[in-house]
Amino acid sequence: MLANYAFIGIFFIAALIFPLIPLIAAWRLRPARPTATKLDTYECGLEVIGETRVQFRVQYYLYALAFVIFDVEMVFLYPWAVAYNQLGLYGLLAMTVFIVILVFGLAYEWKKGALEWV
Amino acid sequence: MIEIPPIDWSVVLQLCIIFGGATALLMADLFIPEVRRRVTGYLALAVLAAAAIAGVAPWGCRGHTFSGTIQIDSFSLVLNWIFMLGAAITIVLSFDYLPRHGINRGEYYVMILFAVGGMMLLAQGADLVVLFLGLELLSITLYALAGFAYPRTTSEEAAMKYLLIGAFATGFLVFGIALVYGATGATNLAQIGAVLAEGRIDGENRIYLMAGAAMTVIGLGYKISLVPFHMWTPDVYEGSPTPITAFMSVAGKAAAFAGMTRFLLTALETQREIWVPILAALAAITIVVGNLGALTQQNVKRMLAYSSIGQAGYILLGPLAASERGTEAMLYYLLAYTLTNLAAFGVLIALEARGEAAWNLSDLGGLWQRSPGLAIAMAIAMLSLAGVPPTAGFVAKFAVFTAAWQAGQAVLVFIGVIVSAIAAFYYLRVVAQIFMSEPTREVEISSDRVLAFGIGLSVIAIVLIGVLPARLLNLI
Repeated sequence: MLANYAFIGIFFIAALIFPLIPLIAAWRLRPARPTATKLDTYECGLEVIGETRVQFRVQYYLYALAFVIFDVEMVFLYPWAVAYNQLGLYGLLAMTVFIVILVFGLAYEWKKGALEWV
Repeated sequence: MIEIPPIDWSVVLQLCIIFGGATALLMADLFIPEVRRRVTGYLALAVLAAAAIAGVAPWGCRGHTFSGTIQIDSFSLVLNWIFMLGAAITIVLSFDYLPRHGINRGEYYVMILFAVGGMMLLAQGADLVVLFLGLELLSITLYALAGFAYPRTTSEEAAMKYLLIGAFATGFLVFGIALVYGATGATNLAQIGAVLAEGRIDGENRIYLMAGAAMTVIGLGYKISLVPFHMWTPDVYEGSPTPITAFMSVAGKAAAFAGMTRFLLTALETQREIWVPILAALAAITIVVGNLGALTQQNVKRMLAYSSIGQAGYILLGPLAASERGTEAMLYYLLAYTLTNLAAFGVLIALEARGEAAWNLSDLGGLWQRSPGLAIAMAIAMLSLAGVPPTAGFVAKFAVFTAAWQAGQAVLVFIGVIVSAIAAFYYLRVVAQIFMSEPTREVEISSDRVLAFGIGLSVIAIVLIGVLPARLLNLI
């Protein structure tokens, strides 16, 4: 029983060590010649504008919500697709109902204008 | 080929109508312009009516489906009707309220329907997982409805408090279910009952079972607002839109009672000698604290919130009796309480015609001169809450007291009777205010016909149930 937990312990230690090795190696091996440009925050190669702490548009959350819905849909669809041959007509109907409900959700979102970027 | 267990659709017909109707309504509402928003409400009423009619045919039947996780019996059918009645009257009371408060959105009606679906899952659940699903569905819609009067800060505050406390309660419930499952190896209520009847649970497992059962009851106790899990009730009830307060206080409470009764009387039937004294103590504290809290309130909405805590204590006497009669008394009380509270909140809604709070005790002053109909409705509702004959509240109190007395809870009945005498003070103070005081400020009163119809219907039902109790008790 306890031996089973030992694997989790080993996993945790390994998970700590593995990212540390390249970090330490890079720190020991790299030449350190800092300049103002190098120390600047990296923002996709663009000039840095303003503070890091900004208010996000609430629309991002709507997008995140819509994303989660379709993400979860995938989670359901994969096992269903794998077992498709064994589930028969009932499985097909059940999944159709599920997807229709999701389509209703999308239609609702669309009609309410949540997909428009304003 | 994977074998799909046969599904008895007649067991879940009502659920299908409610959920299908709610989803269709959400789509239909997209194409209904705001000026004709009442159409959405009427369609919601039609869905409720269809589901209510669907409950007539299976009357007297017992059955279960989906591998024994959802069941149907007369208990669940009566509760479903109570939920649908509560939701229907709430919708009728909302027609005038929503546009006056600038929150005339169709999702309101859709979410009420979804909440009713969650409640029905609680009443029909035969498995702890289904009970959890029902409670979550009910709670999440109610969180959103509590904050529906956005951007009114009191409404937002109510939603926030309700969400935080509710999530906390859910944690208790889930952990409790997990512990019960760990101890008994089952989530099905009847299976848990069978395992416990064999008496094989001892040692460590016994502790897990007790802890799990206690946490499950605590999780449901939050929703019922049992003392000491009632702290959220006054704030949430005060801040929420008034029709939603009414809906939460009646249907939400009834649903949690349904789940609790199922859990206690099916799964923990054999452990009666353990949970009865604990819940009896909780019921006694709930009755005392709720009613004493209401005594000093000048705010009628807040007073009704405390009163609903006290009423929960009385309703708990039903499941405590752990008998057929006790369960019937509980159902009867829930029906009477649903009608009474909806009538009382309906009057408050009528007083909010200007779209602002008008629920101070002084705002009710001289209501008799300004609107005799509303005055009589409020008076009857208050008398029913106080338990004065010949109203539904009296018969309901009488029924739970009899059931508790027969179950040997004499002390509890004694406390209940004493406290209801004290409670009569604050209910009658409202009546006195209506008939004997002068108005202190001008409060506009809504003259909406549908609103008046909703209040009138509830009041007539209160009196009818109070006058003809025997016939209805036989029916249940």
